Amino acid sequence: MTEVTLSKVVKKYGALQAVHGIDLDIKDGEFVVLVGPSGCGKSTTLRMIAGLEDISGGEVAIGGRVVNDLPPRERNISMVFQNYALYPHMTVRENLGFSLKIAKRPEQEIVKAVDEAAGILGLDELMDRKPAALSGGQRQRVAMGRAIVRHPDVFLFDEPLSNLDAKLRTQMRVEIKKLHQKVESTIIYVTHDQVEAMTLADRIVLMRDGHIVQVGTPLELFNKPVDTFVATFIGSPPMNLVDGVVQGDSIVLNGSVSVPLPVSAGKLTNGQAVKFGFRADNLMPIGHAVEEEGAAHEVDLSVTLTEPLGTETLLYTNMAGVEVQAKMFNPRPVAPGEQLHFRLTLDKCHVFDAKSGQAVRG
Amino acid sequence: MDRNQSHRNRRRVLKTLHFTALFLTMMIICIPGLWIVLNSFRPTVEIMAKPPVWVPSFTLDHYRAMFAGAGEGGVPVFSYFRNSLIVSVTSTLIAILIGMSGGYAFARYRFKGKNGYFVGLMLFRAVPGVALSLPLFIVFAKVGIIDTHFGLILAYVAMNVPFTIWLTDGFFRQIPKELHEAAEIDGCTRWQAFWQVEFPVARSGVASAAIFAFLTSWNEFALASQLTRSVGSKTMPVGLLDFTAEFTINWGGMCALAVLMIVPALILTFIVQKHLIAGLTFGGVKG
Repeated sequence: MTEVTLSKVVKKYGALQAVHGIDLDIKDGEFVVLVGPSGCGKSTTLRMIAGLEDISGGEVAIGGRVVNDLPPRERNISMVFQNYALYPHMTVRENLGFSLKIAKRPEQEIVKAVDEAAGILGLDELMDRKPAALSGGQRQRVAMGRAIVRHPDVFLFDEPLSNLDAKLRTQMRVEIKKLHQKVESTIIYVTHDQVEAMTLADRIVLMRDGHIVQVGTPLELFNKPVDTFVATFIGSPPMNLVDGVVQGDSIVLNGSVSVPLPVSAGKLTNGQAVKFGFRADNLMPIGHAVEEEGAAHEVDLSVTLTEPLGTETLLYTNMAGVEVQAKMFNPRPVAPGEQLHFRLTLDKCHVFDAKSGQAVRG
Repeated sequence: MDRNQSHRNRRRVLKTLHFTALFLTMMIICIPGLWIVLNSFRPTVEIMAKPPVWVPSFTLDHYRAMFAGAGEGGVPVFSYFRNSLIVSVTSTLIAILIGMSGGYAFARYRFKGKNGYFVGLMLFRAVPGVALSLPLFIVFAKVGIIDTHFGLILAYVAMNVPFTIWLTDGFFRQIPKELHEAAEIDGCTRWQAFWQVEFPVARSGVASAAIFAFLTSWNEFALASQLTRSVGSKTMPVGLLDFTAEFTINWGGMCALAVLMIVPALILTFIVQKHLIAGLTFGGVKG
């Protein structure tokens, strides 16, 4: 069993603290994605798990064994780097078999394991090439192959798709997910791209400034963000946030528009300054919405800009003096300046305390 | 059409100029060497002839004389060659070992006073070897290592280490640190990661550092002329002086010995040349 446990893990570089006492339990076979803006400590955390960075405080355990002072080679992990880090002087075959060669496994076993990995990743044609003669996507696959050859307890991925172009990235994302279904090992994956996090993860760990902000399934983070940071980081386009003040059963946005309080909102006091949040998917023109039932607030807004995406069109409009984004399904052409009758789905709206940014939920 | 034509003409003129300049430069570099080779094969009369004779009448007299006994104008070529080889090879090996370790340390580790050390090493390079010859002579004489292989090797190692450190540091810096990290995750110790991955990747850099160190030792004259006296330790450049007498210089013999000196250096350079081609590093990383 290879669960990974981090307890109060700290990383300091001199006076600078990069990771502030992280607690995290990763279950056996789970696909966990560490995500956050650059400099949030996600890569440092991964490198501490790998043993490439010293742990300044706390404990990292892999499979119940504390590994704080073990070198990387004794942790039975493998890692895929952002720049692939293939050995340039070795062929693909040698790259794949390197770890087994170092472990002095019998030749036969190496050949078998390498061929198996090559089969899984479709590398058979490339076995005798050097990394320099491979395309970006192929290098990425070799890096993954090198990782799976050893049947490690834990896979670590450090922004593995950042160097690929958009199309290839989507393709490799699917391959990584398939790989996980096949090998069923624990995977810890670092990325700054929330789309990767959403699509790949069993569980997302969202980090900021060396702290964990929220841990949960992609849908939990999407539907119940704990604060405005999570709300704007997860989901594309980011959640619309409008300043408002609570007045009785409604919120007055920027002193102009009044919106009924969402049902889900928790305890709010009269006059409390809040941020009112809703996603583009919850603000749709009537006749072009996904759902037309349930509690809703209707409002007339004029469109300033449109971004047609095919099945839907993103509408930029202005609500209480703030630019917000709305969505239109079964789109029809909309001219800038055109006024549409929108429907705001109230039970999907969020209220955050303006000062702390924390969600206020019932 | 005119503009096309004039553009084409201009390109042609530039190209011609370019080649002429290259040719002149190469001539300046090559003719002295060529002249040495030619002189070694022509009779002394032709060497001194004015105007110079371009097509020599071929003779092996100088070589014959050089290899002849001591009384007939010969010099102990084999001893000099052996001395040169021992001193150059040993000092190069030591300098490369030290230089590679140093270069790796400068490229990979952080330590106190790192920049200071580095600048210090480079400053040491700035001191001309000749300036050190007298102090070295006195110290070596006192210690008793004057006129020995060991003394000369020591001096050459000291001369070459800063340069090899500087060169290998540059090469190791080009190798992304992820390579040794990947190797360590793949089961290597730091030591294994170096020899299995980083060293082979930096091989071209180490090879070029080695060839430079070797040539420096092989060709060095100023220090060697001070620190060696006898046949047992004199290197080939110093041996050239054997052809000077009080009033005459045996140019032909000197050139013949010089050719013997140049040939091994040339061969070595050609052998190592293919390793000098960098670009091996790139490809394993980035996309």
